[in-house]
Formats: sequence, C-alpha cells, structure tokens
Amino acid sequence: MWTWFYRLASPPYVYRVAALWLPWLLGGALLTIGYGLIDGLVFAPPDYQQGDAFRIIYVHAPSAWLSLFAYVTMAVAGGIGLIWRIKIGHAVAAASAPIGASFTLAALVTGSLWGRPMWGTYWAWDPRLTSELILLFLYVGVMALRSAFDDPNRGDRAAALLAVVGVVNVPIIHFSVVWWNSLHQGATVAKLGKPQMPGSMLWPLLAMLLGFMLFYGAVLCIRLRGEVLNRERQSAWVREAIKS
Amino acid sequence: MTTGGFWAMGGYARFVWPCFAFVGAVLAWNLWSARSSAAAARSRVRRALVMAAHDQS
Repeated sequence: MWTWFYRLASPPYVYRVAALWLPWLLGGALLTIGYGLIDGLVFAPPDYQQGDAFRIIYVHAPSAWLSLFAYVTMAVAGGIGLIWRIKIGHAVAAASAPIGASFTLAALVTGSLWGRPMWGTYWAWDPRLTSELILLFLYVGVMALRSAFDDPNRGDRAAALLAVVGVVNVPIIHFSVVWWNSLHQGATVAKLGKPQMPGSMLWPLLAMLLGFMLFYGAVLCIRLRGEVLNRERQSAWVREAIKS
Repeated sequence: MTTGGFWAMGGYARFVWPCFAFVGAVLAWNLWSARSSAAAARSRVRRALVMAAHDQS
C-alpha cells in the first residue's frame, strides 16, 4: 500500500520524475497564464467600483495564494523530513522556500500598488497585510536558518522546525479578514458555491491561479533536481546520471 | 477599446502596469534562479568527478 510513498522518497526516482514532469508543467503554465493575461487585461469588463485597477487582482491573488501554498508545502515536506527522516522532504522544503518568498513579496508589492488608489495609502497595519508580511519574514528566517549551520542535516532540521511552527500563520492570514476588522476585502474566489464575481472576470482569475500553480510545480521540479544533486553528490547514481 | 485606452487602464496605468511588470520579473527571476542553481549543482558534481578521476590516475 505504501509502495508509492517509499518510491516518492527515493532521490533517483524524484530526480527522474521531476525531469519528466517539467515540460508539461511549464507548457501548461505558459498556456494558462497567457490565456489569463489576455482575457483578464483585454476582455474582462472594468469593475463598477474599482474601474480598471481591479485587474491587479489577476497577478495579486495568484501570488498571494501561491505564497500560502508554497509555505504549506514547505512545512509539510519539512515535517515529513523531521518525523520520518526522509531526506527528500528536506530537499522539497529547501526548494519551495525561495519560490514562496518571491511570491509573498509579489503579493505585498501588488497589494500595495492596488491599495494606493483604493485605500489612499500604499501600506496600512491591517491584519491581512501584517500577517502576510510576517509570512515573508518566516520565509527569510527559514532560509537563513538552513544556511546558518555548518552541518546541513542540523540546518535542515532547524529550518523544518521553524517552518512547522510558523504554519500557524497560514490560517491567520486566511481568516484575518473574518476575525478582525480589515481594510482588505473578504473571500471572492474561495466561495465556490456563491462566487462574488461574474464569469467574465472569474475565468481569467481561475486561469491565472492554475497557471501560477503549474509554474510553481515547474520551478519546484528544477530546484528539486538541483537540491537532489547537491545532497546526493557522493552517490553512484548521481555520477552515472551526470555522465550520461 | 482603443490601444490608447488599453494602455491608459482607465487612468490607473501607473498602478496596473507596474504590478504586471513586477510579477513578470518575479516569474522570470524564479526560472533563471532555479535553472542557475541546478546548473551550479551539476557543475559541482562534474568537478568532483574530474577530481576523483585525477586522484585515481
């Protein structure tokens, strides 16, 4: 029953499968992001309140979603590495961190640029904005902690522990607009049963969300192959893979 | 919509286009950075192989 799980934990298998998935993920990302951009920028109507400034959502929401998804991936992979001592878990966590950090920064910058015309300010110490900023600090902390140790195994364990503890921030970010008074608007896409947007605005957003997820998968595959090579460079299979 | 109207974004161009440019740069950086770190890992392994072969000879 657990054969697939143990196979996933095998570095040579992951190295090979990541190479197989990469062109499909990257191709899918290019297609869906291309469609989302054209539909969102050209064909979606302007919002009745926000005008064309609402189009920022097509890059802001996927970046924000990815910032959370990459963190949860990092924490779960780190947790697997910590609990079951599966090396590939730490490799996935290390590969996910810089991607998530960059999209957290993108979510903060695009949110700030959207906030200026809508709220009259680039930044407010709002619960959603502040918790997203804490997420960026957590990413930076996890990456810094991993590289602070001479022994990479200790660095992996310390970074995984911080990532697992920091995952408590993810529901705080998500529910901050419900729990506290927030300038930030509530959920629009998550309410699948009762969408808050018309289809002409929603479809490009869903395409961008899917495109960013596929892009994350593609970049994760590239980074993961590098991580696996770094960590397994003494192994015979790595020498064979590089020679061929 | 005219081309001029498209680029003007209803008067919000100075907020909309920098957002798309920044996220485009983030996407490009991710690809470049991932590829260069994977290439660096490959060249480290190759160097180690060359050194190991040199030590044996």
